[in-house]
Amino acid sequence: MSVANERGERLSELRQKYGREPLPPRAEGTADTPREAQPKFRGLDSGHRACQGCGEALAARLVMESAGPDVMIANATGCLEVFTTPWPQSAWRVPWVHSLFENAAAVASGMEAAMKAKGRNTKVLAFGGDGGTYDIGFQALSGMLERYHNILYVCYDNEAYMNTGIQRSSSTPHSATTTTSPAGKERMGKRHLKKDLLSIIAAHHIPYSASASVAFPADLQRKVRYAMGIDGPTFLVVHSPCPLGWRHASALTIEVARRAVECGLFPLVEVERGAVTNVMPIRNVRPVTDYLELQGRFAHLMKGGDARAEEERAHLQALADYNIGVFGLKGEGEDPVDTGGIAAVGRSGRPAGRV
Amino acid sequence: MLEALEGSQAIARAVALCRPDVVAAYPITPQTHIVENLSRLVAEGDMHTEFVSVESEFSAASVVLGAAAAGVRAYTATASQGVLLMAEVLFNIAGMRIPLVMTVANRAVSAPLSIWNDHSDSMAVRDSGWIQLHCADNQEAVDTTIQAFRIAQETELPVMVCMDGFVLTHTMEPIALPEQKEVDNWLPPFEFSRRLDPDDPKSLGTLVAPDFFAEVRHSHHGAMLKALDVIAAVDRDWEGLTGRACGGLLEVSGPAEAKIGILAMGSTLGTIAMGMEHRGPDVASARLIKLRAFRPFPAEALRAACDGLDHLIVIDRAISPGLGGVVGTEVAAVLADVPGAPRIHNHAMGLGGRDIPETVYTDLVAAIADPDAPAFSIFDADLQKLAPEDR
Ligand SMILES: Cc1ncc(C[n+]2csc(CCOP(=O)(O)OP(=O)(O)O)c2C)c(N)n1
Ligand code: SF4
Repeated sequence: MSVANERGERLSELRQKYGREPLPPRAEGTADTPREAQPKFRGLDSGHRACQGCGEALAARLVMESAGPDVMIANATGCLEVFTTPWPQSAWRVPWVHSLFENAAAVASGMEAAMKAKGRNTKVLAFGGDGGTYDIGFQALSGMLERYHNILYVCYDNEAYMNTGIQRSSSTPHSATTTTSPAGKERMGKRHLKKDLLSIIAAHHIPYSASASVAFPADLQRKVRYAMGIDGPTFLVVHSPCPLGWRHASALTIEVARRAVECGLFPLVEVERGAVTNVMPIRNVRPVTDYLELQGRFAHLMKGGDARAEEERAHLQALADYNIGVFGLKGEGEDPVDTGGIAAVGRSGRPAGRV
Repeated sequence: MLEALEGSQAIARAVALCRPDVVAAYPITPQTHIVENLSRLVAEGDMHTEFVSVESEFSAASVVLGAAAAGVRAYTATASQGVLLMAEVLFNIAGMRIPLVMTVANRAVSAPLSIWNDHSDSMAVRDSGWIQLHCADNQEAVDTTIQAFRIAQETELPVMVCMDGFVLTHTMEPIALPEQKEVDNWLPPFEFSRRLDPDDPKSLGTLVAPDFFAEVRHSHHGAMLKALDVIAAVDRDWEGLTGRACGGLLEVSGPAEAKIGILAMGSTLGTIAMGMEHRGPDVASARLIKLRAFRPFPAEALRAACDGLDHLIVIDRAISPGLGGVVGTEVAAVLADVPGAPRIHNHAMGLGGRDIPETVYTDLVAAIADPDAPAFSIFDADLQKLAPEDR
C-alpha cells in the first residue's frame, strides 16, 4: 500500500470511529416505489402566517414530511419560528422549542443528550435561517458538529435576515441589494461574497452534509431521509427563495429557485466525510442573467449601458462558472438524472426519487 | 461522616449524588475545579451522565436548557464572564420557566480583569427571573446544591446556587456528604410538566404578542413569590433528613437585644461573626442577618428580622455605579414603610477579591457614629491610591 493510500485509510478509519456504527448502506433498489415512499405525516401543518410563496415554509414542510413523526425540533429565531408560533397557536405537530437566535444547535445538543440519557431514539432536528446559521449561530453549530451529536441541522437559506426586514447576511450573494447593502452611486449592493458554508461544514469530518433546493423536492426529501438514517451530525442547506426579500412574484418561487441551480450559482452537492460524493448535473446551463432578471434585488445589475452593472454580472457569471467547474456540474445531453429530470438526481447510479 | 474536601470537589460530589442526566459546562476560574471534578467522576464511572463539553458558556446554558426542556435533570456551573456570556440564555431559561440548577462561583466582572471574588456576576443577572441562593460556607453550598434540585423541580423555576469564588470553591473544609440512598429517597425523579414529548407534542418558546406578555410576567412573578415558601420548606425538610439547615430564606443570629444589625450574603458573614467574637470590650455586639435567598427577595422575613434595630449595616459585594449597593438599596426599599425602621448604612467591600479582615466588624460599628457618613461607600477603598480628583 502506498503511504498516501495508507494515510487515507487511517484517516477514514478515524473519521468513522467515535464508537458509532458504520454508515448505513444506501437503501438501493428496495421494493418501495417513489409513490409509496411519499409522506404520511405532516409535522408542520397549514394555517401558519408565512407570506405567499414563502420558500422557507415550503422547504420546512418538505423536510418535516420526510423526517416523520418521531422527531423534536430546536428552532432558531427567524421567520420560520415567528410565522409558525404566534401564541396561542402553533403549526407544529411535533415537540418544538424556540430559544434564541444563535443557539439552536446547542439547544438541540441538550435535547439529544437528554434522549440519549433516556434511551430514546427520537431524532433531534435543529432549524435556522442563514442568519442563525452562517452568522450568529455559527459557533454553536460548529461545536455541535465537532461533538458529534446525532442531530440533523437544516439551514433554510433565504440569503438575508428576513425576519427583521431584509438585512444582509454572510450568505447574501455578491451584489444583491438588501436594506443594509443597498445599491447607490457608490455601491452595487453587497460587496462581499456569499460564504461557502458547506466547505466549512465538511471540514468537521461529519458523515453527511448537502445542499438542496425547494425547486427539487424529491431530491430534497431523499437527502433528508438519508440524513435521518445516520447516527451522527448531518447538515442540510436548503435554498429557499423569499418573495418579499428577493422581490419576485410569489408565484415564481420555484422558478427562481430552479434557475439558481441551473445557472450554477447554487450547486446541489452531497459531501460525505469531507469528500464530494454526488452532485446534481445541469443539463442545460443557463446564463446567470436568467436568474438575476426575475428578482428585484438584482435589478440594478440589469440596467443596460451601465458599465458597473456589466462588471458585476460578469463577476456573478464567473462565480457560477467556478462552481460548475469545481463540482463538475455540466450534465451530459440526455442524462435522465440531471436538473432536466426535474426531481431526479445523481451520478452515482442511485435511482431517482428513492431514498 | 466528615470528609476533608475542597469546596469545588464537594460541589461536584453533591451534584453527582443528585444524578443529573445531562451536565454541560465550560471552564472558568474559579469554577474550573467543579467541572474538572465532575469530569473525573464521569471518567471513573462514579457518575453516569451525558457530559457535554461545550465550546462556550453560551452553549453550556443552551445545552442544559434543551436537556431540561426535553425532560431530564440538568446541571451547569460558571462564573463571572461566563455568567455574562450566558445572560441572554439565562433570561430565556427563566422566561420559559425551565427547571435546572447552576452553580455560580462568584467572581468580579471585567474590566479591569479580575479573577477574584465579589458578587458582580450574579448581580448582573439579578432580574433574569432565576431563584438565587447564597451560601455562607461549603457545607451550606453542598446542602443548598442538593436542595436546589428539589426546589427547581417543585417550583418549575431555574435555581442559581451562588458561592464565593476561591473563598469557598478553593477552601478545604470538613464536609458531611449524605449517602446516595438518602438523596435518592429525598429527591424525587425529575418531572417537568411541559417537557418536549413526542407522545404529547407541545411548542415551547413561542412568539407572544402584547396581548399575552404581561400575563406571562405576572405569572412568573407570582411563581417566584410562591417559591419563598418552597425554599423555606425544602430547607426544613432537609434538616429533618440530615440535621443540618441552611437558614431557609434568611438566618438571624447574635444577641436579641442588639440595636445594630449587620446584613450580608455569602461567606462575608463568617468573617463578620469572627470579628464580633474577637471585638474589643467597648465595641457593641450586633444582630447578624444572613440573607440566603436573594431572589425571590424575602421581604416579610427581613422586616421581622430587623424588628427593634436602630441601625442596619448592609454589606454589598457588588455595586451599581451611579446608585450604590444593590442589596442595600433593596433592603432600604423593603423597610421604607416600616415605622421605626433602622437607619441603613450601606457599604460595598471586598470588591475584586479585596481581603475582608475580621477587624472590619469594629470599623463598621464605629462608622455608625459618624453623622457625616454618606448613605453609601466603598468601605475599603484606599483613596490615597487615587488621583486627588478621583477621591
Ligand atoms: C441576539 C439577537 N440579535 C438580533 C436579533 C434580531 N433578529 C431576529 S431574527 C433575525 C434575522 C433572522 O434571519 P435568518 O436567520 O436569516 O432567518 P430568516 O428570518 O431570514 O428566516 C434577527 C437579526 C435577535 N433575535 N437576537
Ligand atoms: S419574509 Fe420571506 S422568508 Fe419570511 S415569511 Fe415572508 S417570504 Fe417567508
